[in-house]
Amino acid sequence: MHTAALLIELGAVIFGLGLVGRLAGRLGISPVPLYLLAGLAFGAGGLVPLNAPDEFLEASSEIGVVMLLLLLGLEYSAGDLLGNLKRQAPVGVLDLLLNGLPGAAFGLLLGFGPVGALAMFGITAVSSSGIVAKVLADLGRLGNRETPSILGILVLEDLGMAVYLPILTAVLAASGVWEATGSVLIALACLAVALVVALRWGGVVSRFVSAGSSEVTLLRVLGLALLVAGVAEQLHVSAAVGAFLLGISLSNDLEEETHHRLEPLRDLFAAVFFVSFGLSTDPGSLPPVLLPALALVVVGVATKLVTGWFAAKRAGIALPGRVRAGAALIPRGEFSIVIAGLATAGGVDARLAALAAAYVLAMAVLGPVLARFADPWARAYVRRRRERAVTAR
Amino acid sequence: MDLEETKLPGVGLRHDFTTARGRRIGVISTRGGERELLVYSQDDPDACHAVVDLDGDEAEVLAELLGQPRVIERLARLREQIEGLATEGIYLEDGSPYVGRTLADAAVRSRTGASVVALVRGGEVIPSPAPSQEFRSGDKIVVVGTQEGVRATADLLHNG
Repeated sequence: MHTAALLIELGAVIFGLGLVGRLAGRLGISPVPLYLLAGLAFGAGGLVPLNAPDEFLEASSEIGVVMLLLLLGLEYSAGDLLGNLKRQAPVGVLDLLLNGLPGAAFGLLLGFGPVGALAMFGITAVSSSGIVAKVLADLGRLGNRETPSILGILVLEDLGMAVYLPILTAVLAASGVWEATGSVLIALACLAVALVVALRWGGVVSRFVSAGSSEVTLLRVLGLALLVAGVAEQLHVSAAVGAFLLGISLSNDLEEETHHRLEPLRDLFAAVFFVSFGLSTDPGSLPPVLLPALALVVVGVATKLVTGWFAAKRAGIALPGRVRAGAALIPRGEFSIVIAGLATAGGVDARLAALAAAYVLAMAVLGPVLARFADPWARAYVRRRRERAVTAR
Repeated sequence: MDLEETKLPGVGLRHDFTTARGRRIGVISTRGGERELLVYSQDDPDACHAVVDLDGDEAEVLAELLGQPRVIERLARLREQIEGLATEGIYLEDGSPYVGRTLADAAVRSRTGASVVALVRGGEVIPSPAPSQEFRSGDKIVVVGTQEGVRATADLLHNG
């Protein structure tokens, strides 16, 4: 009987996600906010509390985080990372500080404590590279001249996360100030070693997983990713960062086909991750945080607009392109939820999860809409300029 | 013409340039092998006016359409530039003794002084063919040399 119940519940969850994903496709929005909503609706205190098979969902959502970060790492080669770091470092620093500090301040004001403020920093700082890349492709903006600046910022944010996540994990795991400092140092040392291995000996790692058939390669990549993630977690470097670094070290040599084979796995497990975050968040805890979330959304939209403006201006882009760049960067998504998940598991104030859920829901829906509006606005702006130039003559 | 190359992390490569008449066009090559043809806007030089997605086959067809006349154009230009230089496309007919034999067998250069620079076969250009390149009936053999050299080559290829 147990197996039957497990299969039926799982089937219902995954089939439901399929329906929700289809709806998202119809509406032309990212499925992430809808997955979260589905989780909220069926979780504890939701509309229809579902007795979800906990252990399976927990394991799947851990795998989901590993897969998300592994594929993110696979997108970028070590050369991309270093090249962007050299060219765009000031923009990256501005981006993280400008977008992260207001979040941290809100965290302190709401009484989440210093660790909660650190988590809020990350939640508000990082754009969703998945949503942003998809919006750019959907709107046909990959060829636009501001796009390299946008993609550059995404790369730097992800690199920033590779430093930030181990720090957050170490701080969450430690009990005292000294222990926390020690763990952070160990985490950063591991990170440095891993980065050097990824940059210098990426080819060796790739040869380790490449095999004749793509099926075997798939299994080896997946197995290695989980192993590395597990070891990284053991060392308090965070499983997510381990997977990300492995992705980077594999990105140069792994064939595109393996990449394509991993994508459906990522989509499945990541969807389970978003749902189970929603499931573990009580919808009853949302209303009290709605006002702060709204304020954070307003600030978050404004600070990303400034970041995009600055980045595009540095690249010599005219005014309409600067606005497009800023608007494209607004969506927050998977990373914010990953951070909120880590923080909640580490015992930070439960309101943080609710706040993060509300924030991501708003940003993931609002971001692509604002990005879309930037186009007609830019055209109108250019037309007005031309008309003014004509009348001046 | 300044061809600019820009890396798009996570997407691929973008190449673009401005034409002599001031239009900016470009191509994105994604890592998956797809191509995007970009035509930049004249009002807002940072944005694209039109974007056309092409899969691998479509991109190849487009490249052939754009590329093939260019080979012939270049030859025409070459002829204008160097006085006394003749180029000709010689069709290899069914009766030719060289159908099924190689470029080395014909020994065009040592017998006539002219050079075979390309073969056009079924709409496909084979530039600088190797000595081991086999001729087929219907091939167009592009020859460069002096007037007499080219004429002698045509005679050689037709009659042996």
